[in-house]
Amino acid sequence: MFGTLTFAALDNGPIVLVAQCFIVLTIFGTAYVLHRYKRWHWLWREWLTSLDPKKIGIMYIIASAVMLLRGLIDASMMRTQQAISVGDSHGFLTASHFDQIFTAHGVIMIFFVAMPLMFGLLNLVVPLQIGARDVAFPFLNSLSFWLFVAGALLVNISLVIGEFAATGWLAYPPLSELAYSPGVGVDYYIWSLQISGLGSLLSGINFMTTILAMRAPGMTLMRMPIFCWTALCSMILVVFVFPILTATLGMLFLDRFAGMHFFTSDFGGNPMMYINLIWMWGHPEVYILILPAFGVFSEVVATFSQKRLFGYRSMVFATIAITFLSFVVWLHHFFTMGSGANVNAFFGIMTMIIAIPTGVKIFNWLFTMFRGRILFTSPMQWFLGFVVTFTLGGISGVLLSIPAADFELHNSLFLVAHFHNTIIGGVIFGYFAGLTYWFPKIFGYKLHEGLGIAVVWAWIVGFLVAFIPLYILGFMGATRRLDHYTNPDWQPLFMIAGVGAIIIGLGVLLQVTQMVVSYRNRKQNRDRTGDPWNGRTLEWSVPSPAPFYNFAHIPTVYGHDAFWAMKHSDLAMSHQEYEDILLPKNSPLGLYTAGFAFLLGFGFVWHISWLITFGALGAIFSLIARALDEHTEYVVPAHVIERTEKRLRHTV
Amino acid sequence: MKKEIIEHEEHEATRRTTLGFWIYIMSDCALFAALFATYAVLHSKTFGGAGPRELFNLPFILLETIILLTSSFTAGIGLLSAQRERKGQTILWFLVTLALGLSFLALELTEFAKLVGEGHGWQTSAFLSAFFTLVGTHGAHVLGGSLLMCVFVAQTAIDGITPVTLRRLTCLALFWHFLDIVWIFIFSIVYLMPLV
Repeated sequence: MFGTLTFAALDNGPIVLVAQCFIVLTIFGTAYVLHRYKRWHWLWREWLTSLDPKKIGIMYIIASAVMLLRGLIDASMMRTQQAISVGDSHGFLTASHFDQIFTAHGVIMIFFVAMPLMFGLLNLVVPLQIGARDVAFPFLNSLSFWLFVAGALLVNISLVIGEFAATGWLAYPPLSELAYSPGVGVDYYIWSLQISGLGSLLSGINFMTTILAMRAPGMTLMRMPIFCWTALCSMILVVFVFPILTATLGMLFLDRFAGMHFFTSDFGGNPMMYINLIWMWGHPEVYILILPAFGVFSEVVATFSQKRLFGYRSMVFATIAITFLSFVVWLHHFFTMGSGANVNAFFGIMTMIIAIPTGVKIFNWLFTMFRGRILFTSPMQWFLGFVVTFTLGGISGVLLSIPAADFELHNSLFLVAHFHNTIIGGVIFGYFAGLTYWFPKIFGYKLHEGLGIAVVWAWIVGFLVAFIPLYILGFMGATRRLDHYTNPDWQPLFMIAGVGAIIIGLGVLLQVTQMVVSYRNRKQNRDRTGDPWNGRTLEWSVPSPAPFYNFAHIPTVYGHDAFWAMKHSDLAMSHQEYEDILLPKNSPLGLYTAGFAFLLGFGFVWHISWLITFGALGAIFSLIARALDEHTEYVVPAHVIERTEKRLRHTV
Repeated sequence: MKKEIIEHEEHEATRRTTLGFWIYIMSDCALFAALFATYAVLHSKTFGGAGPRELFNLPFILLETIILLTSSFTAGIGLLSAQRERKGQTILWFLVTLALGLSFLALELTEFAKLVGEGHGWQTSAFLSAFFTLVGTHGAHVLGGSLLMCVFVAQTAIDGITPVTLRRLTCLALFWHFLDIVWIFIFSIVYLMPLV
C-alpha cells in the first residue's frame, strides 16, 4: 500500500527531530494565524491563484527567503562541525548526516534560493521595463512557480520523512547509483530537481517569448534596458541547458528505478557521461544566475551615478559573448579526470577567454561612475562590495582555469572559496541590490537606508572572514566535504571561518529587522512620485506600487533610457483617453497541477504505484481542464483604470 | 470593449504562442541531443551481448518510418484545411493522423516486446539502456502528441475553427512534424548506421 515507506523513515536521531518539530510547528503556526485572522480566503484569492507577475514575483522571493534560512542553518552546522572536529574530537554530526547537510546546502542554495530569487526579480521587473502589462503566458508563469514550490517541498519533506542524498550537490555516479546509495535520498534529489527544473524551463520559454514579442512600440532590442538583455541571455541559456539536466537526471532515475546501465560501473555503463552531461548544464547554470545580477548592477550604477551607462553596446556584446562561451567551458570542472592534455588545454583557454567580456563589464561600470554624481545609497554600496569581491573571485577562477594549477587545487577548499566568492559576491550581492532598488516600485515605500547599509557591510565583512581562510586552507591541502580532519594547524582557520558565518548570520538578522522597521515606517518612506531614485527606465514611469495592469497606456519608446528621455522632453507626458484593458483571470489549476506533480514525485521516491498513477493522471487532467477553459480573461473597464490612476498619482 | 482591441489581442496571442512553441521545440531538441549523445557514447557498450546489427529488423522499422512520415503529411493537410476553415475536413485528417500515430506506437511496442521477450531487455547492457530510452522518449512524445490531438480535435468538433483552436492545431502540427524529424535522426543513427 505505501511502497517502501514505513514508520522507520521518521526516525533520524535527535538533531533531525528538532528540525522535524520545527517544520511541523511552523506549518501549524501559520495555519493557526491564517485561521485566527480569517485570511484563508484572502490568501487563496489574492495570492495563491493569482496570475499577476508582480504577485508571483513576490511569492518567489518569499519562498526563496525561507529556503535561504534553511541553507544558512545547513551552512552554520557545517562550519560548527569543521571548527571542532579535529584529532580525537569528532564533532556533533555523524559522517552520513554531514554528507546530507552539504548536499542539501548546495542544492538548496542554487535551485531553491538563487533560482527563485532570479525568477522573482524577472517577474517583478521585466514586464515593467519593456512596457508590457503581463508576461507572454500568464498561466504558465503560475504553473512554473508552483512546480518550483513542489520541488522545494520535496527537499524539505525529505527532512521529515526519510533522508536526503549524501552524494554532493551534483550526485555523481557511481556513488549515486542504487548499489552505493540504496536509500531514498538520491530519489528525493532527482524528483525535487526534475519538478522544479521543469518549472525553470517553462519560465525560460515564457520570459524569452515575453522579451522577444512583447516590447513596447519603438523599443528595439538595442534600446532595451541592460537588465532585460541579461535576462534574455540568461533565459536562452535556461531553454538550452535545462532539458539536458532533465535528460541526465532522467537517465540516473532509470538506472535506479528500472535497472538500466547508463552510469553504473558494470554492464558497459559510463559514469563519465553523467559528469560531462551534468556540467554541460551546470556551467551555463552559474551564468544563468550571474547574468541578471550583472543586469541589476548596470541599472543601479547608471541610476546612482546619474549618468547614462557607459558602453551600452559593448555591454550587450559582452553579455552575448558570455552566453556563447559558457557552453564551451564545462570540462574545466574535471580536468583531473583524464581527458588528456589537448582537451584540457582547449577548455582551459576558453575559460580564460570568458574573463575578457566579464572584465569589459567591470570597466564599463567603473567608467559609468567616472565623473558621475554618485549617490552612495545601499544598492550602490552592494555594487562596490561586488566589484571588489567578485573581481577577487574572478581572479581565483582564472587561476583555477590553468589545468596544471587545477591538478593541485581540484576539490580543495580553494575551489569552495572560489565559487562562493562568485556566487555570494556576484549573484547574492546583485539580487540584494536589485531587491533594495526595486522595492519601492513593488511595495510603494523605500527600505530603511541606515539598516540597509549595515546589512551590506555585515555581508561583505562576514563573507571575507568566512571565505579568505578557506582559500588559505585550500593551499594548505584541506579538501572539501571533510567531516573530520587530523591536522591541528587547520583548526584556527576553520574557527575564523565559523566567525565569518556568524557575521553573515548577523547580516541576515539585520535584513529581517530592516524589513520590519521599514514596514512600520512605511508612511514616512512612502514613494509618492513613482520615481524615487530619479530613474531612467520605464518601470519608474508608472506609480508606486505598480498598478495591477502596469501601464494605463502602453508607452512609445524613442531611444535609450526611455523614461529619462520622457522626463527631459515634453513629448510623452501628454494626456490620452483611458481605454479598456484585457487581463488574465486568476486560476488555481497551476497550483493543482504542481500539487499532483508533487504526489507523483513522492510516489516515485517511495515506490507507491497508485500514488504515481494518481499524480500523473491528476496533472494531465488539470492541464486539459485549463486548455478547455474558454473564459480565461476579463475586461478592466476604462473608468476603473482612470480612478486607479488618479488615486495612485495622488491627483484627486 | 472595442472590437479592434479584441482582434489585436487575438493576433498578438497567436504571434506569442507560435513563437513560444518554436522556443519549446528548440528546448526539446536539446533534450534529444543529450539522449543522442549518450546513445553515441554507449552504442558499442554491449557488454558481450547482442549489438545493433544482430537485433534490428530493418523492413519492420521501415514500415514504422513510412507510417510516421505519412502521418506528418496528413497532419499537414489537416492544418491546411483548418486554415481554410473547413471543419469537417480538419477533423477527418487529424483523426487519420491520430490513427497512423497510434499504429506507429503499436508497432514500436511490438518491436520492444519482441526484444524483451528474446532476452534483450533494457537491463542487459548500456547499449540497450540507451536504445530503449532514446527510442522510448520519442515514443512517449508521440503518445503525448496523440493525447493532445484527442483533446484539440474534440475541441474543434465542439467550438469549430476559432482563433484559439486554429492556434492550437498549428502548434500541434508543428510538434508532429518535429517528432517526424527526430524520428528521421533515430532511423538514420540508430537503425541505419550499424549497416554502414
